[in-house]
Amino acid sequence: MARKSHVQTTINGETVEFLCESRQSLLEVLRDELHLTGAKEGCNNGNCGACSVILDGRLVNSCLVLGVETEGKSVETIEGVAEPDKLHPIQDAFLENAALQCGICTPGFIMSTKALLDQNPNPTEHEIRYWLAGNLCRCTGYDKIVRAVQDAAESM
Amino acid sequence: MQDFGYIAAKTVSEAVALLDEKGQTARILAGGTDLIVQVREARRDVDWMIDIKSIPEVNVLDYNADTGLTLGAAVECFKIYAVDEICDAYPGLIDATKIIGGTAIQGRAGVGGNLCNASPAADCIPPLIVLNASCVIAGPNGERELPAEQFCTGPGQTALENGEMLVSLKIPAPASNSSSFYLRFIPRNEMDIAVVGAGASVTLDDAKQTIVSARIALGAVAPTPLFAEEASALLTGREVSDATIDEAAQAAQAIARPISDMRGTAEQRTHLVGVLTRRALNGAIQRIRDAA
Repeated sequence: MARKSHVQTTINGETVEFLCESRQSLLEVLRDELHLTGAKEGCNNGNCGACSVILDGRLVNSCLVLGVETEGKSVETIEGVAEPDKLHPIQDAFLENAALQCGICTPGFIMSTKALLDQNPNPTEHEIRYWLAGNLCRCTGYDKIVRAVQDAAESM
Repeated sequence: MQDFGYIAAKTVSEAVALLDEKGQTARILAGGTDLIVQVREARRDVDWMIDIKSIPEVNVLDYNADTGLTLGAAVECFKIYAVDEICDAYPGLIDATKIIGGTAIQGRAGVGGNLCNASPAADCIPPLIVLNASCVIAGPNGERELPAEQFCTGPGQTALENGEMLVSLKIPAPASNSSSFYLRFIPRNEMDIAVVGAGASVTLDDAKQTIVSARIALGAVAPTPLFAEEASALLTGREVSDATIDEAAQAAQAIARPISDMRGTAEQRTHLVGVLTRRALNGAIQRIRDAA
């Protein structure tokens, strides 16, 4: 078996240590080693956005990041978005607007939306659609998602 | 994914020594958006990934109106288009950095990696060529510089010798009355690979009527991005007109040698070279005239 590296990183505000092989992606580390299964594996090549997480404040596809690259970095995942007894306004807006059906893409869309609203609290529809172009949804037709993002921006 | 070793190099000399020692199966890891996919899909055999993102020189993003731009090889797209002065000075390069993948890709991918991956369809390479970018390369025998149009030698192949790495790109300060433009044809609005790409840089005289100099470069119509040297040269000293632009577009078409594949036929690509060359030239000229 391949040699494992020790990595220390911050995930959703907490210091986390793990062992991983160089070839394990951040997505595999999150799901298989740390049992944070919110980020989903869709295409595993950077096209679908289902594995979107925020790395040092920037949206990335966790399937295109190596786990060993996160040494000393800060990772935000869908598990850190809600408070213990209360959903995040973005999550509420997705529910209220029925912006999901099967739900596989939803954690990625919510992380992507969070990254957008963190840096641009009042995006136009055009900005929303371009920002979210790296997240694919096969159920909703995107319109409800765009409306949910607009609602979330208004409520935040 | 195949097993490989990972080393985060702290200095250029450490990375060069590692590349020299490990040989052809060592690859530089910057944004990873191409490399990780290639290794996962067993399209590239890699025993070592040498992460350069902790090296100061590859993270430099420095623009000076007199000396131009130094762009470290690992600087991500989103950092480049966040700097207003760089957007104003090199709009053709910014056009490319904004259309490579979606938001999450632009958070990791950079211009240096796009160049080193050496795809014939790479969006950043035609702008680098028309902006006279110079590639700063470090290797076991020291540093050398190479014009961007000489960097790619074939699909996925570069002029980098064993032990060499791209450290940064140097782009001269823009001349007055100059601008640049890049566009590509894709069958949808976003998130696609160029069927054909075209970049142009133009410098006009003070009256903004006569072309002082121009450079045209093409993507996805040959094994490497092409500098359209003759098409560029014939524009020197010519008055801006549809006929002049058409002449350059035809000269650009003459050097295209595209293949037919799932993205388009050779015939369509050759046609597109004419259309996109015209639009790139007119786009750059319009930007000069729109500037106050």
